[in-house]
Amino acid sequence: MDHLFEQRSAIWDAFLTTLSLAGISGLLALVLGTVLAGMRVSPFLPLRIIATGYTEFLRNTPLTIVFFFYVFVTPSMGFSFSYKVAAVIALTCYTAAFVAEAVRSGINSVAPGQAEAARSLGMSFGQNLGLVVLPQAFRTAIPPLISVFIALVKNTSVAGAFSVLELFALSKRLTNAYSADVITILIGIALCYLVICIPLGRVAAALERKAVFGR
Amino acid sequence: MTQITQPAPEGSAATAPALLSLHGVQKHFGDLHVLRDIELEVTAGEVVVVLGPSGSGKSTLCRTINRLETIDEGEIRIDGELLPTSGPGLARLRSEVGMVFQSFNLFAHKSVLDNVTVAPIKVKKVPRAQAEREGRELLERVGVADQADKLPAQLSGGQQQRVAIARSLAMKPKVMLFDEPTSALDPEMINEVITVMTDLAKSGMTMVVVTHEMGFARRTADRVVFMDAGRIVEIQPPEQFFTAPRSERAQDFLSKILDH
Repeated sequence: MDHLFEQRSAIWDAFLTTLSLAGISGLLALVLGTVLAGMRVSPFLPLRIIATGYTEFLRNTPLTIVFFFYVFVTPSMGFSFSYKVAAVIALTCYTAAFVAEAVRSGINSVAPGQAEAARSLGMSFGQNLGLVVLPQAFRTAIPPLISVFIALVKNTSVAGAFSVLELFALSKRLTNAYSADVITILIGIALCYLVICIPLGRVAAALERKAVFGR
Repeated sequence: MTQITQPAPEGSAATAPALLSLHGVQKHFGDLHVLRDIELEVTAGEVVVVLGPSGSGKSTLCRTINRLETIDEGEIRIDGELLPTSGPGLARLRSEVGMVFQSFNLFAHKSVLDNVTVAPIKVKKVPRAQAEREGRELLERVGVADQADKLPAQLSGGQQQRVAIARSLAMKPKVMLFDEPTSALDPEMINEVITVMTDLAKSGMTMVVVTHEMGFARRTADRVVFMDAGRIVEIQPPEQFFTAPRSERAQDFLSKILDH
């Protein structure tokens, strides 16, 4: 317990690293995933193929391999990033595939008549998606999206294995340094994750209540 | 079965140029031949009511006119312009063809006023203030001005359908398509929608109406198109059609629906 208190500033730094990894990757993944979901329902076949290929590939690849790619492979191809940037890119690319599926399930839940009405008014595909379909799709996609983001918060721990000092990497350091206190340290670190994830769940519930509307 | 595909001779309408024309239109759903050899011309200001048993292809016909359904063969022209298969040209022609659906299809997340203004603002780039003024006028015209700030789900079916008509009119279309506009309504709400449609017809709007409302067809149609099994069986002025249908199929259809 004393050690946790002694290390509070290191824990706080690691907590902020985890939070920023999750926050930045989450935001970028939301944008990329939404674009991918839009591509998957577009009338243009090549876009559908690219988006489907991307989603299937990234969704079915272990996150560790995605990290390996950005941390070790891309530098050899002439693109090198700091460990933290590489971690953000890896987490974004991986999470975007799951976001895309969550948003697509939302799109599928919107009554087809909504898009038909938009088309019959002369809206382009982009207007149809942006003004009519996506605003309604997100309402249904909130619960699966929150699950995706909670998974993302926990997945940031993989960055710890790639030289980013976030909560998980710190927990390894602390347990090595104070082997008698392993249990308190692990519980302390786990609590840090809960501090991020539980409010996310609350936010989801609040958003859902706000988004309730009649059909 | 008697098949009469020649339009009945009529006065001025026959000589005016067609606002809407379908020529040699064929469509299949898999093995099912849902539209066969469709020939139809609609002149400006004309009200054409499409009747027929369910599965006769009348809704499909209506939906091909703005390409919500594709066609396999033939051509469709709106004001002389061939309907494009995709892209901005198709979107532009669609913006000139209003469509009213059986299930209303109001944008569920937008207020009644936003439903009516979104397309003029985004598609036709009408300034918001002007779009809102015109939108409120249209809502007034269909009798739902006091509901402007509500969401569609808070309205009755009849009110929703009237908003849907206003939404289409906001684009100032050349022709309005109605795909069974009253079929999803409670009986006491049918009249309020029919009244709006009748007023619209009187105002000179060109209309193609798929419906089961025989009263509307009889009173308001300039011509009745009777369809069966994907074919236009006969086209007649309503009085002739209801009193002396030429085809056996139409006689049979009318005997079934007018009996009760």
